[in-house]
Amino acid sequence: MTSNERPHRERVVLAHRRGARMVRTRVEVQEQTLVGDALVRGLVRAQLGLALRLAAVVVCTVVAIPLLNAAFPDLAAITVVGIRLNWLVLAVLVYPFFYGIGRLYVRLAEQAERDFVGVVDSEP
Amino acid sequence: MTGSPLTAAALLVAVIATVAIGVYGVRFSRTTSDFLVASRTVGPQWNAAAISGEYLSAASFLGVAGLIAKYGADALWYPVGFTAGYLGLLLFVAAPLRRSGAYTVPDFAEFRLGSARLRKVAMVVVVVVCIYYLVPQYQGAGLALKALLGLPVWVGPLVVGVIVISNVVAGGMRSITFVQAFQYWLKLTAIAIPALALLGLFISDRGDLGGPLPPTVTADTTVAIETDVVVRVAEPTGITVTGMLDGKPVAAQPVPAPGDHTLEAGTTLNLAAGAATPVVTGTPSSGAEWIASGGGLGGGHPLYQVLSIIVATFLGTMGLPHVLVRFYTNPDGRAARRTALAVIALLSLFYLFPTLLGVFSRLYVPRVLITGNTDAAVLLAPGTAIGGAAGHLLAALVAAGAIAAFLATSSGLLVSVAGALATDVLRGRVRDFRVAAVVGGLIPIPLSLATSGGLELSRSVGLAFAVAASTLCPLLVLGIWWRGLTAWGAACGLIVGGVLSGTAVTVATAGGIDDDVLGGWPAVIIGYPAAVTVPLAFATMIVVSRLTRSSVPPDVAQIFARMHVPERLGMFVERVPRG
Repeated sequence: MTSNERPHRERVVLAHRRGARMVRTRVEVQEQTLVGDALVRGLVRAQLGLALRLAAVVVCTVVAIPLLNAAFPDLAAITVVGIRLNWLVLAVLVYPFFYGIGRLYVRLAEQAERDFVGVVDSEP
Repeated sequence: MTGSPLTAAALLVAVIATVAIGVYGVRFSRTTSDFLVASRTVGPQWNAAAISGEYLSAASFLGVAGLIAKYGADALWYPVGFTAGYLGLLLFVAAPLRRSGAYTVPDFAEFRLGSARLRKVAMVVVVVVCIYYLVPQYQGAGLALKALLGLPVWVGPLVVGVIVISNVVAGGMRSITFVQAFQYWLKLTAIAIPALALLGLFISDRGDLGGPLPPTVTADTTVAIETDVVVRVAEPTGITVTGMLDGKPVAAQPVPAPGDHTLEAGTTLNLAAGAATPVVTGTPSSGAEWIASGGGLGGGHPLYQVLSIIVATFLGTMGLPHVLVRFYTNPDGRAARRTALAVIALLSLFYLFPTLLGVFSRLYVPRVLITGNTDAAVLLAPGTAIGGAAGHLLAALVAAGAIAAFLATSSGLLVSVAGALATDVLRGRVRDFRVAAVVGGLIPIPLSLATSGGLELSRSVGLAFAVAASTLCPLLVLGIWWRGLTAWGAACGLIVGGVLSGTAVTVATAGGIDDDVLGGWPAVIIGYPAAVTVPLAFATMIVVSRLTRSSVPPDVAQIFARMHVPERLGMFVERVPRG
């Protein structure tokens, strides 16, 4: 914010050790050449596939709860530590399940992004 | 409890704290970007607390417990869905939406599809969703002030409206970030302490929740009926009625037989200690019915109801403008993901307590079940069950939490309305934002007074979720992941989803359709429209986009790269409002 007095410190080097390739792949992504577009499509497909797979897990689990209850009403009457199973599942257990899925997604999505940056910035 | 000075003091303290923190935040608000997106500098921890604080509305604080007390196990789907919505948001929307660099949903629509007309359509949808959501907040405020202080119903909407408008006009987004983060913790404290106190009481005297009888009152209770109601009496012993019973005037007479009875407004009902409480018809009467899943929330087709609630809440959160706008305040896409994850944790912690309070309200304040106005249960339970000075203190604490809930959510919604109106109708200057905030804050006041009664708070809010899920959710999800979306497809989808779900919500709040028509399907689809309207909205967007595929924006590859490529590759462009 107060950069008007002292300019930012900059490292001045004659050439990046990893050469021109890195710049070129970056430019390909930025300028949407065929290679760059293919890379971005790959990233989008990977991220969408990941999100859809985890969403499928969540939807199947969640929709199974009312369907199982409708098919086998006796199941809900089981009590675990004094709480009926339907209450235990819906009031307590689903929440850690959601958090766990969310955490897994954040980890895998960031991994996919790191892989993408790795490909873009890597040497040929 | 009525008119307790302690409660009034607690309400006042909560309001003053809210305004004071807002005023503190005003010092940081200077530019339009401060007002709209807090200049995009809010870290995940603060932002998650602020999102949760903003999100936990009257529906969560009062409504969830009320619905659980009334309908039992199937009402648990509301808190589950309110939390799971953030999982949907995390998986499909959070990071790409932030990376798009847009500052409101209409701005995203224009960024993605390059159409100024679509932007206007999206703006109208944003304003409509926010107003559908604001109305129950204002109604909740009226109901709470009536239950707590005995004030007329119109006072609540007016008071909340004025406070929220002045807060938003003064500080915009930057200032309410502080307010809302504070309010999450206030709400958590205000609901956790009474819930734990009642849990202690429950463990020491073990009431029977799943038994064959309705809940019984522990002391002699008199209930005044304010609107006509049909109640189911399971066990008439100890119940006497004065007023109009089944269309006949009676004076201190016992109820003749078990079954359904009509009570007219102005009637009073006296329950002797130990009498089984009558419950409003259509709700589970015996403990065994209440504790079992699958009974639905009144009306027919309970399995459809549950599935539709799942669709509306799981997908609706992605389309809530006041939640989305907070994601634009993250510094980058990675922080947006982490924020969504932290919100899931904070909400999971919070929703334990309304669930407990709902269960205990059925046990300790069964009289709310007679009128069906169970939204007040959270406010009444601690004071009634515990009594004495401790009970008064707990009641005051709950009251403070409730007022925080109205203020936080209403402020967030109003910022979204004002942001959309100021940048898309007016010229986007700070002054325009303020004018828009005043207008947007005043509109819901008459609406909330005109439609009060009828639906429970959580159900009204659930309907606002249904509208969001049928409009903005498909726009965002398809816009982020499908290159084939066109401006025509998006606009048609928004209009089809918006008109269908909007009509359903309007009919449902105006009184709904009779349950007997066509096997109850029209009534249940109007009351829970999401399972029908969301697939229709998605289908419309996809079909119309395929038909107009020549109008796919030419720079779609560039746009996709900007939304999905991590920021450090330098593709990122921040959009700023005009003015």
